[in-house]
Amino acid sequence: MKKLLTALLFAPLLAFANGAELHLDKAPDVQGDKAALQNGAKLFVNYCLNCHGASYVRYNRLTELGLTEDQIKDNLMFTAEKIGEPMRVAIRSDEAKKWFGATPPDLSVIARSRASEFGSGADWLYTYLRSFYRDENRPTGWNNVVFENVGMPHILYELQGVQKLNAEHKLELVTPGKLSAAEYDKQVADLVGFLVWIGEPQAGFRKSLGLGVLAFLAVLFVLAYALKREYWKDVH
Amino acid sequence: MGANTNFEKYKSDGSVGGNVLEWVDARFPLTSMWKAHLSEYYAPKNFNFWYFFGSLALLVLVIQIVTGIFLVMHYKPDASLNVNGIPVAFASVEYIMRDVPWGWLIRYMHSTGASAFFIVVYMHMFRGLLYGSYRQPRELIWVFGVLIFLCLMAEAFMGYLLPWGQMSFWGAQVIVNLFSAIPLIGEPLSVWIRGDFVVGDATLNRFFSFHVIAVPLVLIGLVAAHILALHEVGSNNPDGVEIKKHKDANGIPLDGIPFHPYYTVKDIVGVVVFLMVFSCVVFFAPEGGGYFLEFNNFIPADPLKTPPHIAPVWYFTPFYSLLRAMVWPFFGLDAKFWGVVAMGLGVVILAFLPWLDRSPVKSIRYRGPIFKALLILFVIAFGILGFLGTQPPSYAFFGVIPGAPVAQILTVYYFLFFITMPWWSKIDKYSPEPDRVTM
Repeated sequence: MKKLLTALLFAPLLAFANGAELHLDKAPDVQGDKAALQNGAKLFVNYCLNCHGASYVRYNRLTELGLTEDQIKDNLMFTAEKIGEPMRVAIRSDEAKKWFGATPPDLSVIARSRASEFGSGADWLYTYLRSFYRDENRPTGWNNVVFENVGMPHILYELQGVQKLNAEHKLELVTPGKLSAAEYDKQVADLVGFLVWIGEPQAGFRKSLGLGVLAFLAVLFVLAYALKREYWKDVH
Repeated sequence: MGANTNFEKYKSDGSVGGNVLEWVDARFPLTSMWKAHLSEYYAPKNFNFWYFFGSLALLVLVIQIVTGIFLVMHYKPDASLNVNGIPVAFASVEYIMRDVPWGWLIRYMHSTGASAFFIVVYMHMFRGLLYGSYRQPRELIWVFGVLIFLCLMAEAFMGYLLPWGQMSFWGAQVIVNLFSAIPLIGEPLSVWIRGDFVVGDATLNRFFSFHVIAVPLVLIGLVAAHILALHEVGSNNPDGVEIKKHKDANGIPLDGIPFHPYYTVKDIVGVVVFLMVFSCVVFFAPEGGGYFLEFNNFIPADPLKTPPHIAPVWYFTPFYSLLRAMVWPFFGLDAKFWGVVAMGLGVVILAFLPWLDRSPVKSIRYRGPIFKALLILFVIAFGILGFLGTQPPSYAFFGVIPGAPVAQILTVYYFLFFITMPWWSKIDKYSPEPDRVTM
C-alpha cells in the first residue's frame, strides 16, 4: 500500500520527464486585490471583448469586484442594454472565422482550460500574452512562442511594443510600446487575474465556506468519536 | 422475515388497537426487517479500518443520487449551439455553476463524488482481497459486487459525456469506436450505440437517459442484492474465521455484536472523516489537480478538433492500459478487438476469484509469503497501469524507460495473477487460523 501511495504521489512529477517542455512564467496572484481585478475588467472590456465573449458572466456579477451597477453601466457596458445580460460579443462567429481562421473562443473558463502539468491556467495566459513576436510569414503578422501559429494578432502591442525572435530564439523588444516592460507585466497580470476570477467568480466564497464546513466537521468528529467510545466500552 | 403473528391483536375493521408500530408491523415487516438487518444482525467485533468503505460506498451512492436529482433540474442534454455559439449542454453546466443558487456546490459534490465512489469502491474491493471476503460462502456477494463495479463504470462513462467538453466528447468517441473492432457486427453495433455516425446529440440524449434512469435503477437493485446476500451469510472479518461457529445459548455468535448501535456509531466516525477529506476536495481543489475534472473539459466539445492526447478519467486508466497493451492482430483480427477483449476480461476475471483461490485460509494474516508478495506486486502493477493509462503511449519513465512495454509486461502479470492463482494459492504456506477472532 505504501509503495503504491508513493508511486502515485510521484506520478505527476514523472510527467515532467516527457515530451515538449513548456516554460511558463508564474503569474502574480491578484485575486485578493480588487483594484487590480477592476483594472483587469477594464482591459478585458477594452481589448478582448471585441472578439471574445464571456457569455456565462453577467455584467452585474462585476459588483462583486466592488463596482456599483452605475459604474459598470457607464464604464464597462458597451454591447449590452441591461445589467443582467452576459458579456457577449458584437462580432458574428462566422465572420470572425473568416477573418482569423477560427472563431475566437469564449473566455469565461479559459483560465481553467489552460491549466496543465506545466503550470496553472493563469501562468499560461500570463506567459502567452507576453510572448507575441513579429512574424511576416503569418497572415496577421504575429506569432507566439507559447501558442505556435496562433490566429490572434497581438492586440496589446501598442502597450507592450514589438518583439522579435533573435538569433538564439529568444524574445527581444525591438520597438518600445507605451509601457515599460514592468508596467506591461503588471497590466497583463491584472487582465489574467480578471480572467481567473470570471473562470469561477464564487471561488473565494467557496474557500471561505470550506473552512467553516471543516470546522463544523471537526466538532462533529469529536462528538462522533466520543459516542463511539462510549458505546464500545463494553466490547472486548 | 418472521411470520406475521400480530394480526389477531387487531380489530377486524383494521383500526389501530395498539400503537402505530404494531399497526404497521401487522401489515409490513418493519420491526422484523429492522432487527434482521440492523439491531439483531450480528457482525464480527474485530472490523478494522478497511471495513469503513462498504458503508462509505453507500453514502457516496446517496450523495450522487441526491445531487444528481438537483443537477437534472437545471442541466440540458442538448448538443445544439446556443446564441453565443456554445453547445447548450456545456453552457447549462456553467449556468449551474454561476446562476443556480448553490449550483456550484451541487455540481462539485457530484463531480468529486464520481472519483470518491471509485476510490471507496477500490478500497472496498481490496479489503475483499486482503481478507478473502469472496471465499465460500460469500461467492455471490462478490459476484454482485463485480456487477456493481461494472454498472459503476458504465454510469461514470456515460455521465462523463454530459458536460459535453472536449474530453467528454473524444473520450466517448474513442470508447464507442472500440466496439467497431468486433468482427462482422462491429460497425453497425457502434452506430447503434451512438445513434449516429459520430458522437452527437442522439448519443448525448441516450447517455443522459441511461445515466439518470437505467443504470442507477440496476445499480440500486444490485446494491440491495449485495447487502441481502451479505446478511444471509454474515460478514467476514480480518481473521477470515466464521463467527457463527461459536454461539451462546441464545444462538448469538460469541464474537458478534449487533450492527446497530455498535457499527452505526462507528461508521458515523468514518463518515465524518470521509466528509472531511471529501470537503477538502470540493471546497479547495475541485479539479483534483486535473484528475477529477480534466482541464481540457473546460473547452466545449468540438467534433472537428481532436485533442492531441485523449485520456480517460483516472479511475478507468488501469483498464485502459490493458486495452492499449494489445498491439498484435492475433488470428487476423484487429489489435483493437483484442484490446477490447483484454479490457473486458480484466474486469470479468474478478468475478471468478472465489473459484480461483484454493488457499485453505482466507485472511492475509494467515496466508503465506507467495500470496503476500504477489498481492503487493498486483497493487503496484495496478497503480502503474493506472498511471500509464493517463499518459500518451509514447511516455517513458524519466525519459528513458519506455512505458508501452512496461504496460504490456504488467498486463501479462495482471492476468497471470488470476490465471495461475489455483496453483500458487494451493502450494503457498499458511499458518493455522485462530478458533475465535482476535481484536
